[in-house]
Amino acid sequence: MHRLRPALLAACVLMTAACSSIQPWVKPYERDRLADPIMAWDRDAISSAYLDHIRESREGSRGASGSAGGGCGCN
Amino acid sequence: MSSESARRILGRLAVLTALLLVRATCADVLPDDRADLFYSKYSGGGMDITGESVLVRKKFTENFAVEGSYFIDKVSGASIDVLSQASQIKDERKQKTLTVEYLHDKTSYTASFVNSDERDYRSSTTSVSLKQDMFGDLTTLSLAFANTTDVVGENNGTAFVPNVAWLGHAQSRSYDVDVSQIVTKNFIAGVNFNVITDQGDLANPYRSVRYLDPQNPKGYSLGSQVYPDTRTSTAVQIEGKYYLPYRAALTASYRYFHDTWSIVGNTYELDYTHPISNIWILEGRLRYYKQNHADFYSDLFAYADEYRFEARDQDLAAQDNYMIGAKVTYAFLPDGWKMFKRATATFDVSRITFHYLDFRDIKYFGVPQYLPGDEPLYQFNATVYQIYMSMFF
Repeated sequence: MHRLRPALLAACVLMTAACSSIQPWVKPYERDRLADPIMAWDRDAISSAYLDHIRESREGSRGASGSAGGGCGCN
Repeated sequence: MSSESARRILGRLAVLTALLLVRATCADVLPDDRADLFYSKYSGGGMDITGESVLVRKKFTENFAVEGSYFIDKVSGASIDVLSQASQIKDERKQKTLTVEYLHDKTSYTASFVNSDERDYRSSTTSVSLKQDMFGDLTTLSLAFANTTDVVGENNGTAFVPNVAWLGHAQSRSYDVDVSQIVTKNFIAGVNFNVITDQGDLANPYRSVRYLDPQNPKGYSLGSQVYPDTRTSTAVQIEGKYYLPYRAALTASYRYFHDTWSIVGNTYELDYTHPISNIWILEGRLRYYKQNHADFYSDLFAYADEYRFEARDQDLAAQDNYMIGAKVTYAFLPDGWKMFKRATATFDVSRITFHYLDFRDIKYFGVPQYLPGDEPLYQFNATVYQIYMSMFF
């Protein structure tokens, strides 16, 4: 049980911090550049999913890069 | 599970629960309604695949949105494996997706169902995800789970007179944790961690192993692949996106992959996005991928049934590939038209060069100058075109 205490303590600290509201170091009015559409992680999800499906049908690796859709791409 | 592991997991859950309980200071909004029309064409390795898709996303209230898409792939031609042992193929894949999203304060909940149907392969995926903005909206945490059930078949007939034998089932479960962090007013970073477990019939029935056979005039014979019936993979991707001083964006990412079949893959990507006067967005990207082979893969086994598990699927071979891509997006209807607020049209082209390091091009079989195992290594180029129009309303 003693191994669990640090984690519970950290959880309590985080919960307390949440109540007092964390001050962001990048203020909302400083985020105009980040809100630009060119800064979106994925501007075109349908296109990204298609390219991921092509790659996953031909490579051994998979995952951690978005949704690749179903099917086997066997042929 | 040992009590030690249970405690460790409980500890992590406690921290995670606390993270999710962080209160929000103001509410988020769902993205705009949109409709997309999509066309794609893939040519490479003896195959031509055209794809058409339509996607519609609609908010019914400020907190609730539904998204549906329909995708159809038409395949003609045949890969190197099919050319070396069977007739050409003609097939199509239909994929339907339905997603619902609910937003409550800083948390969005998503449930999705995907169904993919081919003549010889059926796949259904159900997924749920949760996304939470926290720490003054500097951090976004996403958790996702997906369960996929596949029915695996093999067409023993021809392209025009199919005769499909259903071979078995496969099940896959995917677990995702994704954190996106605003680092400075010009820089955001992300980490994505993913684990996938599979079990069932995991071998591709259209691939065969080959083994030395002095009785065969070609010097080798083909046999069935035998795969382990389980696989677990882990992938971690880190990425960063930087806003350049003259309004452009540079993105870099790296992904490390490892699985219980001893495949290790490394992926590097670089993307540059450059808008011109709010009308055009130009994008260029480079990608490099490299992997070693699975521990039960061989291009040529010494004799039939040499090992318990045997594969000669090019996906499991040692390989690397390079991709170079370009995309141009044109924004029109800036003042809107009828129900539409704005619209974009996009053309995207990618060129991929695949090199296999221990997978040989045996479509030369029977040619006297190549002894088994001396054939040239297989490589091919593929070109991918995408054209799509997005309308926002």
